Amino acid sequence: MEKVMSNKLVIALYVLPSLLLLLAVIYVPIVLTGYYGLNQWNGIGSMTFVGLDNYQHLLTDSAFWQSAWHSLLLALFSGISLIGYLVIAMILSGKIKGANLLRKIYLIPMLLSSVAIAQLWLKMYHPTNGVFNSILASVGVHNPPEWLANPSLVLFALFIPIIWQYAGFYILIYYAGLKNIPETLMEAARIDGASAWQIATRIKLPLLREVINVTIILSIVGSLKYFDLIYVMTDGGPNGASEVMASYMYHQAFRSFDFGYGSATAFALLLICLIATWLIRKVTATSDTIQYS
Amino acid sequence: MSNEYGLRKRSHQKWFAGLTLLLSFMLVLSGCGAGKDGQGGSSGDGGKVTLKMMHLWPEGSSAQQSKLVTQIIDQYQKDHPNVVIQQEVLENEQYKNKLKVLSASNELPDIGITWAAGFMEPYVKGGLFTPMDDLLQGSKLKDKFVPGTTEAYALNGKTYALPIELNITPIYYNKAIFQKYNLKVPTTFDEFKQVVKTLTDHGVAPIALGNKDRWTGSLWYMYLADRIAGNETLKKAIDGSGSFDDPGLIQAASEVQTLVDMNAFNKGFNGLSNDEGKSEFMNNKAAMYLMATWELPNFTTNPAIPQAFKDQIGFFKFPMVAGGKGNENSWVGGPGVGLFVSENSKVKEEAKAFVEYFVVKWGEQSVTQAGVIPATKVDTSKEKLPKLYVDLLNGLNQASSITLFADVQMKPNAAQVHLNMIQALFGKAVTPQQFADQHKAAIEKGN
Repeated sequence: MEKVMSNKLVIALYVLPSLLLLLAVIYVPIVLTGYYGLNQWNGIGSMTFVGLDNYQHLLTDSAFWQSAWHSLLLALFSGISLIGYLVIAMILSGKIKGANLLRKIYLIPMLLSSVAIAQLWLKMYHPTNGVFNSILASVGVHNPPEWLANPSLVLFALFIPIIWQYAGFYILIYYAGLKNIPETLMEAARIDGASAWQIATRIKLPLLREVINVTIILSIVGSLKYFDLIYVMTDGGPNGASEVMASYMYHQAFRSFDFGYGSATAFALLLICLIATWLIRKVTATSDTIQYS
Repeated sequence: MSNEYGLRKRSHQKWFAGLTLLLSFMLVLSGCGAGKDGQGGSSGDGGKVTLKMMHLWPEGSSAQQSKLVTQIIDQYQKDHPNVVIQQEVLENEQYKNKLKVLSASNELPDIGITWAAGFMEPYVKGGLFTPMDDLLQGSKLKDKFVPGTTEAYALNGKTYALPIELNITPIYYNKAIFQKYNLKVPTTFDEFKQVVKTLTDHGVAPIALGNKDRWTGSLWYMYLADRIAGNETLKKAIDGSGSFDDPGLIQAASEVQTLVDMNAFNKGFNGLSNDEGKSEFMNNKAAMYLMATWELPNFTTNPAIPQAFKDQIGFFKFPMVAGGKGNENSWVGGPGVGLFVSENSKVKEEAKAFVEYFVVKWGEQSVTQAGVIPATKVDTSKEKLPKLYVDLLNGLNQASSITLFADVQMKPNAAQVHLNMIQALFGKAVTPQQFADQHKAAIEKGN
């Protein structure tokens, strides 16, 4: 068996089917998208090659940069919320009462589809019958905010369900990472008289570093390309106040019939995500890997 | 962990070469795939013909229409045993998206639904719809359509789809609420504003509006533009021969903001969908609702809606504005959706025959069974129809002009600008002048 597995031809043969599939459904479309971006195309009929026109237009398109700014804000918010997730995970991994139940509670949003979450929060944000405004009205606020109709509020009103939606996912990752740290290390620290705070910051955090790096990449790249909840809840409105890069791309391609420009936007989104990943890896690079044994 | 990388590096270049090769291979393959078009219909064994039909009347949200379609199809299959018709039903927004995706891959269903004018244009220019003029001149359909309806589906002298709906847009109102506050149906815009004021003074939302969908707000702007500047001015501004800079059109935009300032619309309208906005009206919370006659089944035939509610719904024409150029009998509306046959269908003749049959049957039955106004002429004397329906049909007969919905008239890109600007106007994010400027720029761009 060992001999077979070291045979290069066999390795290639085993890898080939999934590689082909991956190429066909991921990499070829990426290349094609880049190519469509070089054309003027309404999605039907023939394409006209226009070179880099679409990409040049993108650089000066204020609506695109506005949506990019919104995506960046979302990335920032989800980056910050990671701290919250980490704290919760640390508390849950400690020996507290009801940790099991709490873990399940945090995980439930993960089980819902984005559309279901969107519908749920649409009801909560309803300007007259929604939970928030009903509470506000009952304590005597006469003009409660119109969460999704107010251009300066809508973005943050959308961030809250998004952060809520992913809480379970990141808490689970951190929780697993924390459980992976050998109990003996903490015990030794405790014998040396370390406080809970010291254990958390001096032992758990450094040992969790790789996991944290991964979650930072996941959350920031995920935020940059985020689409579904925003599409269902506001469709980028009112008047682009909650437009993000992915929804902008969608609107260009499927609403304005400008598939060339939409593709260019999609390709730009890919580049931005790649650059973001590269930057984060640079910033968070670790020289040493931890090994427990 | 770290040593593994060293191992891989050696064959790195070879792999890369292989990858490039594969990539180009796949490109060639996908190129081949696009060459032949996979078409829906097939006239295979035993002379059986399968027709694929895609439409947008899901059982949930358009119960009456959905029932009627199935009924017509069943009857047709009984009369033509060699034909099988497969339905694919999607909700409005999904329908539009799927249509675009299918067009890009040249796989349109044999029969489908389209909207008129600007919406249809890219499809027609792409050679995807087949002309229907022979059906129009045929014995079954000649002179059957209400004048002006098929024209919206014509391009370069050919008609590419047959309309099945005709819509005008009245203001529905809740008689019970009007009675409670001693309100009379307004005939002028000043009276209308007075009604709005009385209702807000009593804490009732005057108008139900869900402007997340944006075309809903567009109706208000269109009517004000029509009443103040006249339908010709609006039409010319939209097709580019006139301008949105017209003082009447700018005044219309500022009247919209006046209504917003008066709290005429329910709270948070810019964040609510049309369905959410509508529910304010359906729950007796808002007094008025401006919507096309496709809502008629909900006020007449839909069994899911209590009769008591249906009985208290009336309608009035959009009021006249003092000094304005428009008159009361000028409507916003136009043909709703129409049926097209795919140019690349392998069973084009059969598909066309079915469309002809469908249009005739729909015209006969949609009135009584679905409560929609068909684009074909209706003989009201024969049928026993709900009063609201007859009144609206009479309104339609007196129509001096019908202005097609702006977002349907405009080309896709300009339509998006228009819709976004509508939301901005209602949200007071732009001034009427900026509203006009953005429209001008979008229409000059010409796509």
